[in-house]
Amino acid sequence: MLLRFLKQDKAATSLLGCVALVALVVPLCNLLTPAESLLHFSAYSVSIMGKYLTFALLGLSLDLVWGYCGILALGQGAFFALGGYAMGMYLMRQIGNRGVYGNPSLPDFMVFLNWTELPWYWYGLEHFWFAALLVVLVPGLLAFVFGWLAFRSRVTGVYLSIITQALTYALLLAFFRNEMGFGGNNGLTDFKEILGFNIQSEAVRACLLMASGIVLILAFLVSRWVIQSKLGRVVTAIRDQEMRVRFLGYRVEHFKLWVFVFSAMLAGIAGALYVPQVGIINPSEFAPLNSLEIVIWVAIGGRGTLYGGIVGAVLVNYAKTLLTGWMPEIWLFFLGTTFILVTVLLPDGLLGFWGRRLREQKQ
Amino acid sequence: MKSSFFRRCCELIGLLIILSPGFAQGQDVAANTIFAQALAKLNGTSMQERGMAIEQLAAVKEPRALLILQALLDGRLYQLKAENKLVIGEEVDAGYQLSDADTGQTLGLVERDATQKVTMNNSLRVALRKTIGRLELNATDAKVRIHAVHAIAKAIDTEGIALLGERLVIEQDKSVQDEIKLTLGLEQLNSSDKAARLAAIALLKDHASQDVVNRLNELQEKDAAGNFLEADADVRNQAKAALAKINASLQVYAAIETLFFGLSLGAVLVLAAIGLAITFGVMGVINMAHGELMMLGAYTTYVMQQLLPDYLGLSLFLAIPAAFVISALAGIAIERCIIRFLYGRPLETLLATFGVSLFLQQAVRSIFTPLNRSVASPTWMSGTWQINDFLSLTWNRFYILIFCLLVFALLLQILKRTRLGLEVRAVAQNRNMAKAMGIPTARVDAMTFGLGSGIAGVAGVALSQITNVGPNLGQAYIVDSFMVVVFGGVGNLWGTLLAGFSLGIANKLLEPMAGAVLAKIVVLVFIILFIQKRPRGLFPQKGRAAEG
Repeated sequence: MLLRFLKQDKAATSLLGCVALVALVVPLCNLLTPAESLLHFSAYSVSIMGKYLTFALLGLSLDLVWGYCGILALGQGAFFALGGYAMGMYLMRQIGNRGVYGNPSLPDFMVFLNWTELPWYWYGLEHFWFAALLVVLVPGLLAFVFGWLAFRSRVTGVYLSIITQALTYALLLAFFRNEMGFGGNNGLTDFKEILGFNIQSEAVRACLLMASGIVLILAFLVSRWVIQSKLGRVVTAIRDQEMRVRFLGYRVEHFKLWVFVFSAMLAGIAGALYVPQVGIINPSEFAPLNSLEIVIWVAIGGRGTLYGGIVGAVLVNYAKTLLTGWMPEIWLFFLGTTFILVTVLLPDGLLGFWGRRLREQKQ
Repeated sequence: MKSSFFRRCCELIGLLIILSPGFAQGQDVAANTIFAQALAKLNGTSMQERGMAIEQLAAVKEPRALLILQALLDGRLYQLKAENKLVIGEEVDAGYQLSDADTGQTLGLVERDATQKVTMNNSLRVALRKTIGRLELNATDAKVRIHAVHAIAKAIDTEGIALLGERLVIEQDKSVQDEIKLTLGLEQLNSSDKAARLAAIALLKDHASQDVVNRLNELQEKDAAGNFLEADADVRNQAKAALAKINASLQVYAAIETLFFGLSLGAVLVLAAIGLAITFGVMGVINMAHGELMMLGAYTTYVMQQLLPDYLGLSLFLAIPAAFVISALAGIAIERCIIRFLYGRPLETLLATFGVSLFLQQAVRSIFTPLNRSVASPTWMSGTWQINDFLSLTWNRFYILIFCLLVFALLLQILKRTRLGLEVRAVAQNRNMAKAMGIPTARVDAMTFGLGSGIAGVAGVALSQITNVGPNLGQAYIVDSFMVVVFGGVGNLWGTLLAGFSLGIANKLLEPMAGAVLAKIVVLVFIILFIQKRPRGLFPQKGRAAEG
């Protein structure tokens, strides 16, 4: 089946090939070649590539809900950050007594706040498997409850967008509070180890990059399989004519909920991969602006394509890295203008535009 | 006959006209002589003479006499050595800024050495203080009288009590009467007569003030040996009951204060949301740049103030129309250049206007720097309105509440009574039908967007008075104003008003229980849940318009 798909869809195949290439070549070149070699990639580029790949996964997750289900979720960043926090909590517990205060069970910020006991929701997070479970379950559960309430009462369109934004805004405010027990303003940082390996070492970073690449490829394949299954076709039909699908006897809210929860889980995984590579997670990840940036990745790449989210995420973030390094004040001008131009001129995104041009040429 | 009578009348009137200023002058001259004599005595060296001079000055019922006595008490009365003249001096860096004690003219700046302070001894000072109190207590201005009561209450003695008692008999003004009663009542609590103490408590229970609460609490306390400070149980019980009554009224004051702060927060929310409600209601367009249009209004106020630094009040009033025009023009430009191409695609509109908001934010950051700018408030807007010891309302919030209601009323009238309003309502109800009836919907869209944006600008002027003006000003309010619109229901201005006020009050009610941030979260979660129950807000549109 995989082979058939690889033959059928050239664009997706080449994209996955690129991802695989990056995920393999960059870490290998970083580890195996000497620093002065032309082929050498610095540790910085390894971590930045890893970051891009997690963003690509995040873009993919939004494309599933927005591109295929028509739900413009302005709170995708919240699921990403929740996954990130779950991973961050595991990494905090790994620090053990090597923190500044040397407390064996409490992270530094809790000692600083004069807490004496670990809050109950930090229990069990010293085990990787448990943290990995939470990375998927917490965003999934939130998406399930939120989506179940919203879809059941048929909240759609801009209303839905606005309340997803309110959701992430509420979480932003909540995580800023020190009393919540997630490090408040500063978030979680100063990680030392992951699975017993030094998180700063080049080998671990290379592995994380490879893991991000593998997860991205897997997520893409699974998403594609979901989209091409019968469920996916119903979901696409809901996007185009919700009423008609409902009258045909489908339980629209169940399908929507399924996709929404799946996408939230993907976003959570993306967050979990992101945190060890950048070394920090703080409440600003919940900022509504972040979630809107994800939307622009997908819009630029082209929604409803799956690879659009990936391409858009990498392109926009590459531009962000370049521009914020070169002229920081230009970045928001650029982002704003892109928003306007893409929505007005390129409703299908770059890939859609490109695909149309190709088809026209063939004819 | 008739004409001679008429002539006589004229003569009489003429005579009166000629005489009257002379008559008034005659009285003036008499007062002036006493005044001048008194001043001369004050200028002399003998303490005894000064005491007499003070009495004489007090007898002249003129405001400037009080001015001089007050200056004397404060040590601001000087002799100008060269001219042997009394002057009132204000200390400044270089010396004294003088004004003539007799005429009140300003005399300019002199060095310290050119003057000599009019000195006093202690007994003279005590007498002077009482004289001033008495003078002030009989002043025509009720505020001055209240001030005098406070001054006497601070250093109360038998003479002061007698003075207040006398005044109470002739006092007409209710607020002054209350102050005097309060002071006398507090004093009476110290009386050895039980009946007098009970009477005092009965009086005091109607006067909520910090002093009263403190004194009544003292009555409940025990000394080191475990005996009550107040020996009599009746008095103690009465005091307890009075305290309970006062506490009840304190709760009422606290409720009023919460209500006021809730309403004022609601007013800000309504101002921020109402423009959004119009554009959303009519065009189904979510304008994410709405917050930035408010920011433009706030910066307009700032620029206006830079242009007219000496006229704070005027610049604020001028800023209102200026902000309206600037934001409205920006809004029309956004509509013409972007939104009209995205008609019928609300989600894309949301994204494009978000792009605009980023662009505007960065533009402001580049022009005005990312630092917050503070906009000064005119004096009548700053400070608080002290109603009593326990209830004070801030003026700026108060004015914003009024301003919000004015804007709301104006907008309602525009929508109800003008041609534009009629067209706007028609398009909001049924776009196609309106088009068929010859309404230029494209133009109405642009005007509606301009109107909504202009109101955002006006809201920015109000915001500049309560927060700092910075590039993130809009961001801070955008989620809240969406919540108000969604909560109130689209296309209904009354819904927006009600939603804004109720969210504001809910926030302020929750704040003491949960803290500001948690209160906000609770309100957000409440709205998210509320939308599930009523997806189209408190006041949904009915009929065909609802199907859009």
